[in-house]
Amino acid sequence: MRRTMGVAAASAAVVLVAGCGGGGPQSSGDGKLTGDKIVLGVLNDQSGVYSELSGKNSVTAVEMAIADFTAKYGDKAVTRNITVETADHQNKPDVANSKAQEMYDRKGVDLILDVPTSSAALKVADVAKEKKKLYFNIGAATTDLTGKSCNKYTFHYAYDTYMLANGTGKTTTEQIGKNWYILYPNYAFGQDMEKSFSTAITAAGGTVVGRDGAPFPNTSGDFSTFLLKAPNLNPKPDVLGTMQAGAELVNVVKQYNEFKLRDKGVDLAVGLMFLTDIHSLTPAALAGTTYTDAWYWNFDAKNREFADRFQQKAGTRPTFAHAANYSAAWQYLEAVQAAGTDDADAVVKGLEGKTVEDVFLRNGKIRAEDHRVVHDAYLAQVKPQSEVTEPWDYVKVLKTIPAAEAFRTPSADCKL
Amino acid sequence: MTGFAQNTFNGLVSGAFYALLALGLAVIFGMLRVVNFAHGAFYMLGAFGAYVLLTEAGVPFWAALVIMPVGLGLLGMALERAVIHRLTKLDPLYNFLLTFGLTLILQDLVKLRYGVQSSPYATPSLLSGSVDFGLFDFPTYRVFILGFTVLLCVAVWWALTRTRIGMVVRAATERPDLTRALGIDVGRWVTPVFGFGIGLAGLAGVLAAPMRAVNPLMGADLIIVVFAVVVIGGLGSIFGSVAAGFGIGLVQAWGESYLSNFPIVSQTIVFIVMAGVLLWRPAGLFGREEAPA
Repeated sequence: MRRTMGVAAASAAVVLVAGCGGGGPQSSGDGKLTGDKIVLGVLNDQSGVYSELSGKNSVTAVEMAIADFTAKYGDKAVTRNITVETADHQNKPDVANSKAQEMYDRKGVDLILDVPTSSAALKVADVAKEKKKLYFNIGAATTDLTGKSCNKYTFHYAYDTYMLANGTGKTTTEQIGKNWYILYPNYAFGQDMEKSFSTAITAAGGTVVGRDGAPFPNTSGDFSTFLLKAPNLNPKPDVLGTMQAGAELVNVVKQYNEFKLRDKGVDLAVGLMFLTDIHSLTPAALAGTTYTDAWYWNFDAKNREFADRFQQKAGTRPTFAHAANYSAAWQYLEAVQAAGTDDADAVVKGLEGKTVEDVFLRNGKIRAEDHRVVHDAYLAQVKPQSEVTEPWDYVKVLKTIPAAEAFRTPSADCKL
Repeated sequence: MTGFAQNTFNGLVSGAFYALLALGLAVIFGMLRVVNFAHGAFYMLGAFGAYVLLTEAGVPFWAALVIMPVGLGLLGMALERAVIHRLTKLDPLYNFLLTFGLTLILQDLVKLRYGVQSSPYATPSLLSGSVDFGLFDFPTYRVFILGFTVLLCVAVWWALTRTRIGMVVRAATERPDLTRALGIDVGRWVTPVFGFGIGLAGLAGVLAAPMRAVNPLMGADLIIVVFAVVVIGGLGSIFGSVAAGFGIGLVQAWGESYLSNFPIVSQTIVFIVMAGVLLWRPAGLFGREEAPA
């Protein structure tokens, strides 16, 4: 009996909250905000493998964007009442799905941000489409977000597998070596990366002389059979391209060094790497490794100024995912300010086709055709230990990949 | 030929880790009849402890190689006295719940303090080169692991067959009821044996730190294979666990290099072997059908 009462009371409360939160928008559209406030939702991994590269510090970045926005517009801001909701999706698609629904329906969230892990990211895209609410994906790599799973309310912000392959695969082939051996984790992400890289390498005049799918997860933690195979292939590869991530990347790199493959003439290129990965491996273990970065904190004075402020709050330098979360929150708030409403359709209309510039987006453009946010990307190389003079300043940018070349052209699969 | 020799070497190195972990599991299971699901967590603590000792106290690898196994062994003994020994008379389900819960607690404590990112640990400079074997060269560190583990296994084997405590452990492992009936106080050896098993896991962890990613989940990933190793060797068989450890390391390495065109087979080869062995010998390669207790 008591339980029934409890459930009834809880449902009543939910109805009340939902009623309050959801009452506004239909009646307005002329400068009014839902519930007189803006709520940004950061949905990501807060305790698992991706919690360092985005996680709680992405929330810090979004809070910085809100503070900067309020400081910029002062009393002219569309509202000063901007809050952040956060949730942990544990990298599980089903959890991401229910958390996203809860955010939009019960927490009054206007925009969901981040969402690493491709499978989880695609689920949230479905929810955004169904609820007609905005979603800026930052943390996931799959091109399906702007391909066959694209929708009117989803934008893909920082990077994707095409950008990584096109940057690292193409430029490394042109500048470092033609023959590649690709090692990838044998599951959706790795297989995708292997295909994208092979295409980019071949297009740049290179050859993939060998490719192996390593077990995923590789429970033994040992990649030596693959690493030993590399220098013995015929023709001998100049570059080992590893698509592993997180702890597996650490294992590959440690063992690459153990077997001294660089001394045997096989350079290392990494498919996807974050600043936090370099920090945990130490630059000494990765010196000379090339990869594509969506943003680097010490690239110029503007980035550095942001990185300094970020470090004061978070105690660490920002990864590209942190900077992109800041930028996405900022661009959304600017769009709401310009539209004078948080009505999703109006905001989408304001964003489509817009050229944008901020601390993260250089030569940025929000493509109307598929909602891909294109911007300059960078081919980066890890410095030798002797050139590392300050903590976290681990790479040098070899080349800026212009926005127009960094991302693929809109996919025919995408019908908004 | 060179490739084959290299793969064999690598298989043995992977196998060395399996053997060390399986050996600890086997003696613990033998004496206590407890399947220690927390074994992977102690392996992780060994590696993490080495990292913390190095970065926060400047303690080098060689000292960690002694400090961590001894420290974790003592911790294991304390845990055995505090909680584990209460399980021995209960349904095995309770020991699953307790040791699994222990794993989660240990993992999360490390996560809370150090996060999930892998921590750096360099190969000790003395072992960072490579050894030239004529046909091929091989990292010194791997040669060291292999030599060290083989020596350790021989020492354990010697202790088990030539000393009184070894005799008791073997007897209690194979037939605890009979051993007790002969008037031997099995109980007093239980705690040190548990500590010894945990110490071995910690030792494997320290050895792993320079060549594998040091993070809170490293034990959880590995322990699945180690359980398969123990089952293949024969649950409770000390010799079986060591032999199966090295054997599975070899099978995995050969599978990955010669069956790489059949990823489904090469990735599940350990479990294929396990299924095959169990069909042929339900108690494992060196196991004995248990007399009902």
